[in-house]
Amino acid sequence: MRITQGTFSYLPDLTDEEIAAQISYALGRGWPCSVEFTDDPHPRNSYWEMWGLPMFDLKDPAGVLYEINECRKAYPNHYIRLNAYDAGYGRQTTALSFIVQRPPSEPGFRIDRQETSDRRVRVSLHAYATDRPEGDRYGS
Amino acid sequence: MTERMGFGMRSGVNGSAEAEAPADPPLPADARIDLARERADSQVDEVLDALDTELVGLVPVKTRIREIAALLLVDRARARFGIDSGRPNLHMCFTGSPGTGKTTVAVRLAELLHRLGYIRKGHLVSVTRDDLVGQYVGHTAPKTKEVLKRAMGGVLFIDEAYYLYRAENERDYGQEAIEILLQVMENQRDDLVVVLAGYKDRMDSFFSSNPGMSSRIAHHIDFPDYTGEELEAIGRLMLAREGYALAPETEPVFHDYLERRRARPRFANARSVRNAIERARLRHANRLIAEGGRVGRAELTILQPDDFLASRVFTEKAAPPG
Amino acid sequence: MSGNGSTGGRWSAGVIPYAEMGYWRPDYQPKDSDILAAFRITPQPGVPPEEAGAAVAGESSTATWTVVWTDRLTSYENYQGKCYRVEPVPGKEGEFIAYIAYDLDLFEEGSIANLTSSIIGNVFGFKALRALRLEDMRIPPHYVKTFQGPAHGIVMEREYLGKYGRPLLGATVKPKLGLSARNYGRVVYEALRGGLDFTKDDENINSQPFMRWRDRFLYCMEGVNKAQAATGEVKGHYLNVTAGTMEDMYERAEFAKELGSVIVMIDLTIGYTAIQSMAKWARANGVILHLHRAGHSTYTRQKTHGVSFRVIAKWMRLAGVDHIHAGTVVGKLEGDPNSVAGFYDTLRQDKIAADPVKGLYFDQEWASLPGVMPVASGGIHAGQMHQLLHHLGEDVILQFGGGTIGHPMGIAAGATANRVALEAMIKARNEGRDFLAEGPDILRAAARHSRELDVALSTWGDITFTYESTDTPDVAPTPVSV
Repeated sequence: MRITQGTFSYLPDLTDEEIAAQISYALGRGWPCSVEFTDDPHPRNSYWEMWGLPMFDLKDPAGVLYEINECRKAYPNHYIRLNAYDAGYGRQTTALSFIVQRPPSEPGFRIDRQETSDRRVRVSLHAYATDRPEGDRYGS
Repeated sequence: MTERMGFGMRSGVNGSAEAEAPADPPLPADARIDLARERADSQVDEVLDALDTELVGLVPVKTRIREIAALLLVDRARARFGIDSGRPNLHMCFTGSPGTGKTTVAVRLAELLHRLGYIRKGHLVSVTRDDLVGQYVGHTAPKTKEVLKRAMGGVLFIDEAYYLYRAENERDYGQEAIEILLQVMENQRDDLVVVLAGYKDRMDSFFSSNPGMSSRIAHHIDFPDYTGEELEAIGRLMLAREGYALAPETEPVFHDYLERRRARPRFANARSVRNAIERARLRHANRLIAEGGRVGRAELTILQPDDFLASRVFTEKAAPPG
Repeated sequence: MSGNGSTGGRWSAGVIPYAEMGYWRPDYQPKDSDILAAFRITPQPGVPPEEAGAAVAGESSTATWTVVWTDRLTSYENYQGKCYRVEPVPGKEGEFIAYIAYDLDLFEEGSIANLTSSIIGNVFGFKALRALRLEDMRIPPHYVKTFQGPAHGIVMEREYLGKYGRPLLGATVKPKLGLSARNYGRVVYEALRGGLDFTKDDENINSQPFMRWRDRFLYCMEGVNKAQAATGEVKGHYLNVTAGTMEDMYERAEFAKELGSVIVMIDLTIGYTAIQSMAKWARANGVILHLHRAGHSTYTRQKTHGVSFRVIAKWMRLAGVDHIHAGTVVGKLEGDPNSVAGFYDTLRQDKIAADPVKGLYFDQEWASLPGVMPVASGGIHAGQMHQLLHHLGEDVILQFGGGTIGHPMGIAAGATANRVALEAMIKARNEGRDFLAEGPDILRAAARHSRELDVALSTWGDITFTYESTDTPDVAPTPVSV
């Protein structure tokens, strides 16, 4: 399966040039960028690990791309996403967020159903990836 | 940009991203390019002219900058014929005493390289050892990278770069900063230009202990100390910019002042001239207030001999020569 | 004070013109805390516009048709609505805009019902007027702060869903009526797994004989959960909890929450108080609240009589909904581009400056009340993505009902087509391209790697709905000569 989180998931994976163009858009608006990675892509996993602090005051996308590539080197089999944050009054939240690396194979999720009364079914979403211990997922 | 395999495409979506639009095809071999036109279009002359008017003297420096501009212009023309000469290495070292215009030239250089399309943004990030080197284990790499990332797209100017290396302490964190710098200078030439700056002798010994650094610097530019005449010209330029003038009887005093100041220790060329003028402004203002009475434009703009004569360089014994 | 001359007459029994009773106050300087209203009035022949404006001020505040001595037991000058300006509408014979100021004391805190009972209570049937329309209101921060406001708002909704940097996508399940619960849930599953963020019950899907609410909720949530597993994204279906009584609505909303739905939906027809109650429930229970503006066109569409939608939008932001349908500009339902831009500003921004071109009569300050996510729904399709993004911006939900379900390759393919078109357009915009002009090219390029979009474009590419809008601002932007 292909996880479709983030601003761009239905287009072919962005090339580094295309990623740089998106970073330029963010930097041009004064949004600091940050890089995050995870091996637990559950949609409710809000906190992916931070690859360093958000990068403030950058002028050029090369600095952000540099960190993306450092993160790719360190975690070649993880999900990595790029976030841009808008600290503008009234927004103060993420303004752009998209996946810049996926594991070679994405095992996806299993639905665990628990039958209860009145035809109600309690459902929980289980990421197959989390069957393995953290750090050992996606065959890394 | 780094080469990377794309990850698997979504099922149901076949084919890869469209091929990038092809670049303009190379010009035919018999085509002609108007270099004067190219030069005008790039607007580099504005920057070079600014360099000329802003900075007195420094002829060898200006010549070198002009040569670099010419090289980049010609490279662009060559590229249009499809001649690939590789991206020139533009990491530089500026050596010279304090106040010889190294930072000013670096600012203009950044602007110039931007106009010629060599760097993407054209800003200058100016740092010293403290901005790059941390206090404890694990602190230096993020600090150095932070600075490098900020400088990307522009010029990184490292003043007194030799402080990064401390021969007496081989576990000094400065070494870590140097290694990261080297890596980026080598691998990300597209992304930034590094300018190291400092005294000539110290820079030389820095390079002899760091041959890796030396080999990555393509241009060594020496900023000579200003002559007495140049210093006077600089002083006049500064005064004119700030709306002051010297009274005729102040001229010889100013000349004498600069000669004495040059002979003293810690003389810092243009910076010392700037400071001298700042102090003269103070004395001038203080004198006007003390005298009281009515003043006109002339009194407010003209510096009198006393405004300089009160300086310590006239009261203290000149330092022994050497 | 101008009222002095007429005060002597106030307690002599009989009928006095409203203007002379102190409701016409051209010298009045509205206070920062006043609630201001702009009414479009069309007086009966022979009635002077100032008298008509004063009558509206009177009838929407303290007055009755005759003089009552009990007035004198009150500090009536505080409570009188004050018509402080009347302006003829350019190019519209017999129409005027009357500006009326109301003291804050006239209204109960945090009650849309009370506010509307005053402002649009009796006055709309008033015989001295041929027609009356409430064009806009200025709600001062003093009054704004007495309302809860949107249960979550745009920022919180995005964090809750983990979706940033692009409009959200939705679709209403069709046909509107008659599907069994199991078939209905199939549409939900297919559309969500194909790439939509939300699906939606229609306004009149409540609990009818062909599909009772509880069955619908169960099957829809099965579809939502399966789609979440298939995509790794948070998905939602607007479960319509509209019902005949508050008790029923609470029961349905509780059940939706128990099943794990991130969102429930109500119709405007349930009434202002019920909306406020559901907003309170939605905030307390962490469920997003979607409002379908069912019925609004009965009073918002005609230009001379009724209530403008921009006023409804303000009331609904106060009342506390998270989503509201606010027009598409390019779709099948009413919506002049400038008016719609005014609605969207009103719903999303914190400070909005008066702008006659957008039909905004007053500055409006929301004092940090969260923004409402506008929903664009009705007759839109993937081929219009560049226009939609241009007119409506990024904080909006684009709902393609027919444009998803009617896709020749199936519902999931229809959803994918919309998502591909959207992402391609956002990507192009961020790359600095002139996406409005190049829109069709961008879509065609994106369709080269998406057969779903390719088919959608060849199916609907040329369909547009171009009819003249009935509700347009009086001021048109002057074309700049080139």
